[in-house]
Amino acid sequence: MLGVVRQKMLGQSFPKIRPAVSVLRSYSSAAKQMTVREALNSALDEEMSADPKVFLMGEEVGEYQGAYKISKGLLEKYGPERVRDTPITEAVFAGIGVGTAYYGLKPVVEFMTFNFSMQAIDHIINSAAKSNYMSAGQMSVPIVFRGPNGAAAGVGAQHSQCYAAWYASCPGLKVLTPYSSEDARGMLKAAIRDPDPVVFLENELLYGEPFPVSDEVLDSSFCLPIGKAKIERVGRDVTITAFSKMVGHALKAAEILEKDGIDAEVINLRSIRPLDRSAINASVRKTNRLITVEEGFPQHGVGAEICASVVEESFAYLDAPVERIAGADIPMPYAANLERMAVPQVEDIVRAAKRACYRSVPLAAAA
Amino acid sequence: MAFSAATANFNPLNTPSLRSHDNHLVTSVSPSPFFGSTAKLRLSSSPKFNVHRRSGSVVAVSEAVKEKKPKSTPNLLITKEEGLELYEDMVLGRAFEDMCAQMYYRGKMFGFVHLYNGQEAVSTGFIKLLKQQDSVVSTYRDHVHALSKGVPARAVMSELFGKTTGCCRGQGGSMHMFSREHNLLGGFAFIGEGIPVATGAAFTSKYKREVLKEVDCDHVTLAFFGDGTCNNGQFYECLNMAALWKLPIVFVVENNLWAIGMSHLRSTSDPQIYKKGPAFGMPGVHVDGMDVLKVREVAKEAISRARRGEGPTLVECETYRFRGHSLADPDELRDPAEKSRYTARDPITALKKYIIESNLASEAELKAIDKKIDEVVEDAVEFADESPVPPRSQLLENVFADPKGFGIGPDGRYRCEDPKFTQGTAHV
Repeated sequence: MLGVVRQKMLGQSFPKIRPAVSVLRSYSSAAKQMTVREALNSALDEEMSADPKVFLMGEEVGEYQGAYKISKGLLEKYGPERVRDTPITEAVFAGIGVGTAYYGLKPVVEFMTFNFSMQAIDHIINSAAKSNYMSAGQMSVPIVFRGPNGAAAGVGAQHSQCYAAWYASCPGLKVLTPYSSEDARGMLKAAIRDPDPVVFLENELLYGEPFPVSDEVLDSSFCLPIGKAKIERVGRDVTITAFSKMVGHALKAAEILEKDGIDAEVINLRSIRPLDRSAINASVRKTNRLITVEEGFPQHGVGAEICASVVEESFAYLDAPVERIAGADIPMPYAANLERMAVPQVEDIVRAAKRACYRSVPLAAAA
Repeated sequence: MAFSAATANFNPLNTPSLRSHDNHLVTSVSPSPFFGSTAKLRLSSSPKFNVHRRSGSVVAVSEAVKEKKPKSTPNLLITKEEGLELYEDMVLGRAFEDMCAQMYYRGKMFGFVHLYNGQEAVSTGFIKLLKQQDSVVSTYRDHVHALSKGVPARAVMSELFGKTTGCCRGQGGSMHMFSREHNLLGGFAFIGEGIPVATGAAFTSKYKREVLKEVDCDHVTLAFFGDGTCNNGQFYECLNMAALWKLPIVFVVENNLWAIGMSHLRSTSDPQIYKKGPAFGMPGVHVDGMDVLKVREVAKEAISRARRGEGPTLVECETYRFRGHSLADPDELRDPAEKSRYTARDPITALKKYIIESNLASEAELKAIDKKIDEVVEDAVEFADESPVPPRSQLLENVFADPKGFGIGPDGRYRCEDPKFTQGTAHV
């Protein structure tokens, strides 16, 4: 059934791909393409199928098929007891999730956007994150809070904040930020299976973006480890760390930099808490220059933590000050041109990389 | 059904409301036969129970009740064993809390300590009717809820002393009592925080029955909270959700009229909390929380309603805390006359009188229980004193349930590489 769904969706999103593609036939040339939305949907589907204790709760997840269609088809498949539409009470359905998690159920609580999680933040931090510690291991909370995070397009200040830094500063939570479909699938499955509270920060603009996925990713037991970053592009000259949507920008910036002779290494952090400090430091020790990219506010952000970590552990290896690229230190404006200025763009990453490499003019390929 | 009658016929205009400065609250009235029966029988058989607060109330006694009316022998609402059990539990609660105060002033206990003196009837009246698998969710005033639910006094006292033998290994403290074994789900410092968690526990019971097909799962959850919480959004949201999904939960309001120094009447537009139940589609019941037998009757009905799958109930228990909000509270705002009025209605003294006058047990037996409890509490203090403080290695433990963390299993390999990682079979 899922194969049929995917086929239909593939047909809609990519007229280029032949509609005859099916899961069972292997094409030696191209890997399958899957959007992040499909990846999340299939991950939820498989986990709910495998374990009857997993259930989904949130606004519009059932009959509306998901506010962003992530939970499409799940209500029909699993019924209203396992795919629960809730009234608009974030605090309470997050709290109910925690209460059920105490008893071993595995709730997946969807926030329509993570901005709304602020109404439930008492439960995410005080009951979910801290319970295992306060009860000395008696009450573990295997809950997943997921939803879109960060800026979308023109949605204004109250719908555009990035919460990675806020949640990642709290012990007791695991904070994940997938980028590609492979990330989304593997990490959502890992998050649902994880016995601890996981904050799963997706990105609305990535939902419709397709990525190639291998057969291994499509397997139902595919899982990615939590706490390991991925080197998306190996390089020699400068390390660029990014997460979520910014990985795409960083990769584009790396292509532009390559033409100027700067070989950038792009790290997709994947997991903000726990942060893969060893991967970042190993990369910095290789390249000696670091740029951190994030969409959220600059002060006390993820980049600040990475910079501190690198300064603590790899200070002698740094040849240039660490460059932090973050969103502008303002609430998100509405006007399209202002919004573009408030969020990091590819040019910003390119400029910062050149500053870090002390090159303000393009050079020929350097030795 | 008695409670549904309460919902349907509920007419607030029956009750004269007296709002003098010393907080005479509206007394409960319900035309339902159930409630009428409790009040009526109690009034006729045991006039010693202080009823002057009810003097203004009009209790409609239906024909059914009139037929049931006895016999001049006092109705025995409890057997001897039950009576002694209730007495022992309340005395344990009182003695324990008094000992906590002593220990605090001697510096053995620290931080925030909120004592439950005076409210024992609510805890005992409700929790002694539960099974082990039923859950209790409480607030920061949770020592006595823990004791009533069965957590040993030693474990609670050690936890308060911050020792590693405490019920949460010293990591929780006074306000965060958890016990997996006794299904005590905390212990929450934020008011209103425990109510959604309790609603979730009740949801689990229903989910287990309906989705996981454990057909005999009829666990009930009790959520205890105070009058101040009843002005908090989470309370109302939970009333809505619990009634909407017909969850097996009882919301128990311990209305002691004061939220630290804020009087309930000063902070609430309509101080009759039990009225808020019918607004959400569940029965709202008001009961005298200084009388353990009355609380027990109401609790029986509410808990069995939940167990039968008929949904939630809101029970407002009118009670009082004899001490301040916490041990750091100078308690200057409460009128001493009000305090002495309630101290005269001490639930333990009232139950003792009832037991002796109904010839359920002798004074000597009750004194023996007092002595036994004193010994239990002394032993708990000794045990806690002698227990070690948590070792340094415990500092970083228990942050995560997954000890290696991060998707890495106990054998050091990535969990995703384990072919048995998927539970059950995925139908893809």
